[in-house]
Amino acid sequence: MLAKLFFGYYAAVIILLSLLVVTRKNPVRSVMWMLLLFFHIASLYLFLNAEFIAAIQVIVYAGAILVLFLFVVLLLNLREELKVKRFIGSWPAGLFVSAAILAIVINVIRSFVLVAPPGRYSIEYIKEATHTKALGTILYTEYLFPFEIASLVLLIAIIGAIVLAKRKTRSH
Amino acid sequence: MPFVMPDLRPVLPEIVMTVLALAILLADLVIKRKETIAFLSIVGVALVTYVLPGSMGTTFNGMFLSDGYSMFFKLIFMLNVILTVLISVKYIVIEKVNFGEYYALILFSTLGMMLMASAGDLIVLYLGLELMALSTYILAGFIRYDIKSNEAAMKYFLLGAFASAFLLYGTSMIYGLTGTTDLKAISAYIVANGLSGNPVLMLSMILFAVAFSFKIAAVPFHMWAPDAYEGAPTSITAFMSVGPKAAGFAVLGRVFLIAFGSVKLEWSAVLVPIAILTMGVGNIVALSQTNIKRMLAYSSIAHAGYILLGIIAGTSDGMASVLTYMLIYAFMNIGAFAVVIMLRSEGFKGDNITDYEGLSKTHPLAAALMLVFMFSLTGIPPTAGFMGKFYVFMSAINAGYTWVVIIAVMFSAISAYFYLRVVMYMYMKEPKETVQLSTSPAIGLALAITVIAVLFIGISPSTVVNLARAAVSGF
Repeated sequence: MLAKLFFGYYAAVIILLSLLVVTRKNPVRSVMWMLLLFFHIASLYLFLNAEFIAAIQVIVYAGAILVLFLFVVLLLNLREELKVKRFIGSWPAGLFVSAAILAIVINVIRSFVLVAPPGRYSIEYIKEATHTKALGTILYTEYLFPFEIASLVLLIAIIGAIVLAKRKTRSH
Repeated sequence: MPFVMPDLRPVLPEIVMTVLALAILLADLVIKRKETIAFLSIVGVALVTYVLPGSMGTTFNGMFLSDGYSMFFKLIFMLNVILTVLISVKYIVIEKVNFGEYYALILFSTLGMMLMASAGDLIVLYLGLELMALSTYILAGFIRYDIKSNEAAMKYFLLGAFASAFLLYGTSMIYGLTGTTDLKAISAYIVANGLSGNPVLMLSMILFAVAFSFKIAAVPFHMWAPDAYEGAPTSITAFMSVGPKAAGFAVLGRVFLIAFGSVKLEWSAVLVPIAILTMGVGNIVALSQTNIKRMLAYSSIAHAGYILLGIIAGTSDGMASVLTYMLIYAFMNIGAFAVVIMLRSEGFKGDNITDYEGLSKTHPLAAALMLVFMFSLTGIPPTAGFMGKFYVFMSAINAGYTWVVIIAVMFSAISAYFYLRVVMYMYMKEPKETVQLSTSPAIGLALAITVIAVLFIGISPSTVVNLARAAVSGF
């Protein structure tokens, strides 16, 4: 009962905060609501016994990515931005599409069936090995290959930032 | 769990490719002549192609599959990269973006495509796709001082990110249902537990169809393509219109035929309307284009529609025809773009269709080459384009989709109008101004390779077709 209440609170607040993030006109306010949103998502992870992911959520998302967002907002001309009309005018159409997708997903989700046998990473296993260690082990053994590809994706991001931003606009 | 050293032989081409891309990135620091870097890239890619045949096998617990199917796609990617580098050398000097990172990014993008073609797991598939897409976004915006190039990169990036979200949502659904991301395990689980009618599976399949449709630029998920193709550097447009599309088809074939193999009837019901719309919109909207890059963008959308027919057929013959078509498409499309690139010279854009007026009088050889590529894109024998269409349509008819093929043939007839209009401008109009061609030995070599391949495959297609059939035999 308590668990359901806990989940219900966080789920409702996350939806509310997400709506606030996408509907605010002032980007600074959007970013601030997003900060709150990230903390709520982190709590949800904590609730699922995933303390490492919760910590990462706070450190990486709230700590690093949000600061990046604020830097970008800093570079924008906020006074101009507030006067500019929104790019997408027809919000009823957007609302209709989102509502339709929501209805489909709610309908579909009811037919989730759990016939899968419990995997190796049961709650007992994770409690014994601790979450961080279990995650680290799996990341460097079973998922080593995707892990290596992810490092290349990050490298591309760095190269891209340098190529697109640092170059002088015209070479000689 | 103890760490067991995985068998690295199947990933050898990818490892060589990674080392090559990193080496090119570093070589850029010391080598001032960028032509040398282009040459080194081609040598390196040739080395990757050389180690390709010895890399058969499965490794990393089935996350990476190197089979005939992936091998054939990788061959297309290698061809794509070599031809793109050849047509780029002079062009990026003219566009004043002659940087070494250009070649490194092309190689990284190709590495992503190779990983996609070999992905046996949805996580590897997603990461390969991101690696390919991120590199291509940067390349699309490579001409930084050009606002059109910025626009192309921005639109491509936003819609690509949107497509990635669909892919991840579909992946999460299928993982929730089956508890695995391994393609073969998903299929086995669905069959073993009788889940083939489950709505979650259907929704997941539709989400995958949407995500892959974005990547292959199928209607109604094609909106990014014309703007991205028009604004990107022309050499990158050629690269984008072949590589990511082929990679998209590689994963589409693997995911739909293996993971969703048990719900084939349902996914073909989703793909048939997409294919018809793609052929229709692509061909009809292309009629009104005045910019040749936009026209070729819509043409590339239409070709994705034809190729989808091979997937819809769902047979090994159908898959073989997809492989054949993709290879032929690589030759004829890059060939056409090579001619488009030649018209670009200092201070002259040369991307309007009217710029081709009277080209046969001023530059008869370039006009003749363009004629061959336009004939091939239309599908007129004895060019390769005809053979590609022939095999795709045959496999669809054999699988019982005769009515779809009839529609495809009708749209294909419409396409003759806009392809042959270019030919008409070149041969039946008087030149207004003398167009300066920017030729180089590299682009000459690319044109020679493509035109010989288009004519050779058109006259004797059996070599390529047999190769494709052998490639899908173990699928």
